[in-house]
Amino acid sequence: MISSLPFLPPFLPLLLGSIAAIFLRGHLRSVVMLLTPVWGALQLASLEPGIYWTIEFLGYHLEPVRADKLSMMFGYLFHLAAFIAVVYALHLKDTVQHVAGLSYAASAVGAVFAGDLLTLFVFWELLALTSVFLIWARRTDRAYRSGMRYIIIKVLSGVLLLAGATIFVKQTGSARFAEIGLGHDGILNLGTWLIFLAFGIKCAFPFMHNWLTDAYPEATPTGTIFLASFTTKVAVYALARGFPGEELLVWIGVTMACFPIFYAVIENDLRRVLAYSMINQVGFMVVGVGIGTSLALNGAVAHAFNDVIFKGLLMMTMGAVLHMTGRINGSELGGLYKTMPKTTILCIVGAASISAFPLFSGFVSKSMIMSAAVAEGYDIVWLALLFAAAGVFHHAGIKIPYFAFFAHDSGIRTTEPPKNMLTAMAIAALLCIVIGTFPAQTVYALLPWEVDYQPYDVTHVLTQLQLLFFSALAFVWLNLKNLYPPELPSTNLDSDWFYRKLAPGFMVPIYYSITEAMNRLERLSKVGVRRLINSSYDNEKEQPKGYFARLWPIETMVFWVALLLAGILILYYI
Amino acid sequence: MSDEQNKPDFFDKPENIDKILKVFYLICTLLVVADFIVHRHIYHDWENIPAFYAIYGFIGCVLLVLIAKAMRKVLMRGDDYYDK
Repeated sequence: MISSLPFLPPFLPLLLGSIAAIFLRGHLRSVVMLLTPVWGALQLASLEPGIYWTIEFLGYHLEPVRADKLSMMFGYLFHLAAFIAVVYALHLKDTVQHVAGLSYAASAVGAVFAGDLLTLFVFWELLALTSVFLIWARRTDRAYRSGMRYIIIKVLSGVLLLAGATIFVKQTGSARFAEIGLGHDGILNLGTWLIFLAFGIKCAFPFMHNWLTDAYPEATPTGTIFLASFTTKVAVYALARGFPGEELLVWIGVTMACFPIFYAVIENDLRRVLAYSMINQVGFMVVGVGIGTSLALNGAVAHAFNDVIFKGLLMMTMGAVLHMTGRINGSELGGLYKTMPKTTILCIVGAASISAFPLFSGFVSKSMIMSAAVAEGYDIVWLALLFAAAGVFHHAGIKIPYFAFFAHDSGIRTTEPPKNMLTAMAIAALLCIVIGTFPAQTVYALLPWEVDYQPYDVTHVLTQLQLLFFSALAFVWLNLKNLYPPELPSTNLDSDWFYRKLAPGFMVPIYYSITEAMNRLERLSKVGVRRLINSSYDNEKEQPKGYFARLWPIETMVFWVALLLAGILILYYI
Repeated sequence: MSDEQNKPDFFDKPENIDKILKVFYLICTLLVVADFIVHRHIYHDWENIPAFYAIYGFIGCVLLVLIAKAMRKVLMRGDDYYDK
């Protein structure tokens, strides 16, 4: 422990870094931005578990900084992710992205250290407000509209959280953010459900997931790395803190793990494929939280930790492809291994990690969740997760590297991405291998709950290899038989169709008819007023026609005095 | 664009692809053979089926792709569908 550092709220170093990024330029800014996450992580290392500060607010105790093993794990993870993302974005001169990226990371750190629901709400909204600039920074019309949809849905999540938290705090008399659970009585039940839904939106629950697949692929190549690291992981943290062992989460998680892989197989935009695969990975975590045993919860947070790194790595390789070629659709890419061999190898490391190959990071965390599902007797869940695990390999493990770097040669000739991008990818790839090979010294050492788990035994390794190699065999066989669906320029309808097509389909005509009616009313009343004016003004005498207008002012005054006196007389007799 | 970059590469030659696939098939076979030699821990009844994971992975992925392909008939639109 480094006890000589003074106590600072954990989110402050990153926040100061983002403020510095507003004013600094050039190499100085790069250096400061690189040092900020390191400084923040050192601060964390000196933080003892416990509650710092208690603020009295409207009669409730607020605890803006609470450190325990769960928040510490996410705290370290977010600093690591911020560091990698900063390295990846170093070549940029765009101040907006640098500031948004670091302040977004700071909000995520603030959220996981929030000890009460109101502080959580503040950081919850800041996450949305800071991250949307990473989407808008693409500066295209598509990105602008996508960002608008993103921020509306995110603010909705915040409003639900505030409403739910208000009810919860009022009913329980405590603002503390600890286990909330569902299935309470009366109005408290409504409050907990609102909080659950707010978390669910950020966690990309089915039917609430489209903000993710809509917005992440529209963000800048570097912005997506930040986006993929924080929001959904904060939501997983919040679920693990508030709703551990809630059985409903098991079924939600299984759905999340299974349905996106179908979309991922037919999606053309390779970053959108990764966005779908992200929902699938978060699904595994949600199942872990739902099972709620210490093995399952450890598996959930360990998988969140690993996912940030390997999904970040895959997103970085695709970002590099987009940055260098300006293209990201599978139908337009292929054969890039010739000119981007290093990126290709790094992408394959990421693919092996997400597919949970032994010795790569996904293996050591995904197997915890699977083991917990079997141990708790969730047979169907286990089978579905096994299917999802095979599916991940299929779309993220094979499809991404195959269609970008191999497949048919698209004829695109480019070069490797800038050095800083390669460095960031290399750091992430190295972490994937180190964590996968030495889990006990790395990610397992940070786990919040006590558990003794050994991922490497003959059974696990053999069965996992069989699953993966025969999934690959399916890919080879389908390709040789020409059954594999080709990459096509297309949009696939998902539940965002309801608010992007159906609702506008009838809302826009209703809106137009209302505005049309308002306009007509306005025109009619204008005509009416003009008529009134015309009919009450005598153009020949150039004076109004009305009685009072014709009198001299003194006569008017006499009239009003008489009226007033009459009034007083009447009042006197009442 | 230099000639250096356009000359047929390792993966451009069909015979190399064949070699890779042969190694791949060999590994698949060995993994199934290993299933009968190595004693696996059984956590679930279905795991008693020989080469359960291999069969499940293969069938699962074929179904995944075929169902996804069928989904295209219902779900696929032009890539400017939302921009219109």
